[in-house]
Amino acid sequence: MATVDETAGGATRASDPAETIISIQGMHKWFGQFHVLKDINLDVKQGERIVICGPSGSGKSTLIRCINRLEEHQQGSIVVEGTELTSDLKNIEIIRSEVGMVFQQFNLFPHLTVLDNCTLAPIWVRKMPKAEAQEVAMSYLERVRIPEQAEKFPGQLSGGQQQRVAIARSLCMNPRIMLFDEPTSALDPEMIKEVLDVMVELAESGMTMLVVTHEMGFATAVAHRVIFMDEGEIIEQNAPGEFFNNPQHERTKLFLSQILSH
Amino acid sequence: MAAVPIENRGLISRLWGHQETRSVIVQVLTVAVVFAVLALVLRNVVINLEAIGKEFSFSFLSAPAAYDITFSPFIEYSSRDTHLVAAAVGILNTLLVAVCGIVAATLLGVTMGILRLSRNWLVNRIVYVFLEFTRNVPVLLHILLVHGIVVTTLPAPRKAIDIGETMFISNRGLYVPSPVLEAGSGIVIAVLVAAIVAAALFRRWAKRVQVETGKIYPVFWTCSGIIVVATAFAFVVMGAPLSWDVPALKGFNFRGGMALKPEFLALWLALTYYTACFIAEIVRAGILAVSHGQTEAAYALGVRPNRNLQLVVLPQALRIIIPPLVSQYLNLTKNSSLAIAIGYMDITATIGGISLMQTGKEMETMIIVMGVYLVISLLISFFMNWFNRSIRYKER
Repeated sequence: MATVDETAGGATRASDPAETIISIQGMHKWFGQFHVLKDINLDVKQGERIVICGPSGSGKSTLIRCINRLEEHQQGSIVVEGTELTSDLKNIEIIRSEVGMVFQQFNLFPHLTVLDNCTLAPIWVRKMPKAEAQEVAMSYLERVRIPEQAEKFPGQLSGGQQQRVAIARSLCMNPRIMLFDEPTSALDPEMIKEVLDVMVELAESGMTMLVVTHEMGFATAVAHRVIFMDEGEIIEQNAPGEFFNNPQHERTKLFLSQILSH
Repeated sequence: MAAVPIENRGLISRLWGHQETRSVIVQVLTVAVVFAVLALVLRNVVINLEAIGKEFSFSFLSAPAAYDITFSPFIEYSSRDTHLVAAAVGILNTLLVAVCGIVAATLLGVTMGILRLSRNWLVNRIVYVFLEFTRNVPVLLHILLVHGIVVTTLPAPRKAIDIGETMFISNRGLYVPSPVLEAGSGIVIAVLVAAIVAAALFRRWAKRVQVETGKIYPVFWTCSGIIVVATAFAFVVMGAPLSWDVPALKGFNFRGGMALKPEFLALWLALTYYTACFIAEIVRAGILAVSHGQTEAAYALGVRPNRNLQLVVLPQALRIIIPPLVSQYLNLTKNSSLAIAIGYMDITATIGGISLMQTGKEMETMIIVMGVYLVISLLISFFMNWFNRSIRYKER
C-alpha cells in the first residue's frame, strides 16, 4: 500500500530506532488494598512492537491503561515522549492525543455515524476543518478496508468491522503510539483474522505498538518483544522466538503449556 | 389428515382464514362495539338526567359565581364575576403551579441526580435518604406537611421574618418586592431581544467557522456575555428605568409587592421536591446507562471532560431521560389537583369544587375539568415529543 509510510510517517520514524518513546520506572499501582502492579520497569523504543501476555488478572490491561492515564499510578514514573504523566491535566491531554487506544469492547459512539466517530476528535481536539477531517477519516477507513460503511451507524456493523472502525478512529489523531487492549477477545473466530490483518499492516508501517493479546501467532509474526506478566509483575521478557521456544521461568512455562495445549 | 385446500372451504371460513380480511373484520367489530357502549352510556345519562329534572347545558357558566377566590394573580376577580371567569382563574392557577413546579422540579431533580452520582460519601447518602423518604410517602401528605409548616410555624405578619427589609416571610405567605417598569424600559427590553438574536447569529456563525477552518470559539460564554453586557449597558444608559414596589406592613397584613400565598407556596414546594426526587432517579439512571467505556474512548482520543459530556455522554443520556421525564411532568400537573386539600384555588377547586356544589352541574363541570387537564397534558406531551425527536438518533 503506497499511502502507508506517508500517513503514519513510519519510514522517517523507524530511521531512529534508538529513541526511547515510553519510559516506565519503578511504577506501582493499587486498587484499594489490592497491589495490582508491582515495580514495573519498561522502556519502549520508537517503532518497537511489544506483545504483553499473561493470565487474567495479572495486570496487563491496567499496565497499558496507565500509559494514557485511564488508570492512575501511585508510585514511580511514566514518561511518554518526554512528558511525564502527573495529575497535570494539560500533560494528560497532550499524551492522550498522541497515544491511540483500541478497546476490547470497541467503544464506538453509537449515536454517531462511522465517519462522525472518526472525525469527532480531529475536529474537537485538533481543531481541524470538517472537510479536512473527513478526508483524513476516509483515508484511514480505506486503510482498514471499510470506506463503504462510512455513513452507517456502529450498530449496523459486525464486530470485526466495528473494531476496524475503532482502529481507524484512533489513527485519525495521527498517534505515535498505539495501545491495544485485547482487541480480538470479543470477536467471533472468523472475524479475528480481519482485525489482525489490519494490525499487521499497521505494524509494517512502523507504528510503535503495545498489544495485550493471547494471539500467539500475531506475537510471533510482528512482535519485537513478548512480555509475560503474572500477579502484577513482569516475570519474563524476550524476543518471540526465544520466549516461546525457551521460556526461562516456571510460571511462563505453565502459562505457555496452558494456552498452547489446545 | 391432509389440510383442506382453501378453495373448498365455506365462505366465512375462507374470509376468516385470510390474514388481511381477518384483520379488517376484527377492526370493524371493535369500532362497532366501542360506539355501541358509548351510545348506551350517553342514552343512560340523558334519561337519568331527565328523570331528576336536570338538563344538560353549559348556560350556568354565564351566571355569577358568588364565591371569593383568595389567589388570582393574573386577572381581577370578584364574587360578582361569572363561573366562566372563575374557571379561567382556576385554569391560570393550575397552569401557574404546573409551570413553576416543572421548572423548579427539573432544576432540583437534575442537581440531586448528579449529587447522587457523587463520589463524596456524605453528599451521596444525604441525597439518597432524602430521596427515599420523599418518594415513599404520598404526595398529599407532603402537601399537607409543607402547608402545616408554613401556616402553623411561621410568625404572624406583625412578627414576620424580615430579609433585608424587602422580603417578609410570615404565615400569610412570602412577600417580595415587585418590579415596576418606568419610562425607557421598553428600549432596554428591545435591546435584550436584539442581544438574544445577535447571540443566536453568533452561534450559527461560529458553527460555520468551525466547519470551514476548525477554529473553536467559546460559544456559551460569548453568547452569555453578549446578552448580559448589552442589556446591562442599555439599562445604565437609560438611567435604570426600573423601581421596586417594596411590601410594607399596613394594619394586619402587608401591602404592596408580590405575595406568594401560603397555599401556593406549600403546593409548589411539595410538588417540586416530590417530583424532583423521581426526576433525580431518572437523570441518574440515564447517565449511568451510558457505558463508562464511552467516556474512556473519548478520553483516550484526547477529548476533554466537558466536551465528552457535551458530545458523547449527554446525547446518549438524554435519549434515555426524556420519555420518563415527560411522565413526571404530566404527573406533577395532574397531582396539582390535590390543591383542593389546602384550599389553593386551581381548576379542580373552582369549577370542579365550589361551582359544582353551587350549581349541581356535575356532568358539565367534570367534563370541563377533565378537558382542561387533558389539553394541558397533551400540550406538554406534544412539546416533549417534538423535543425528543429533535435529539433522537438512528441506531440502525
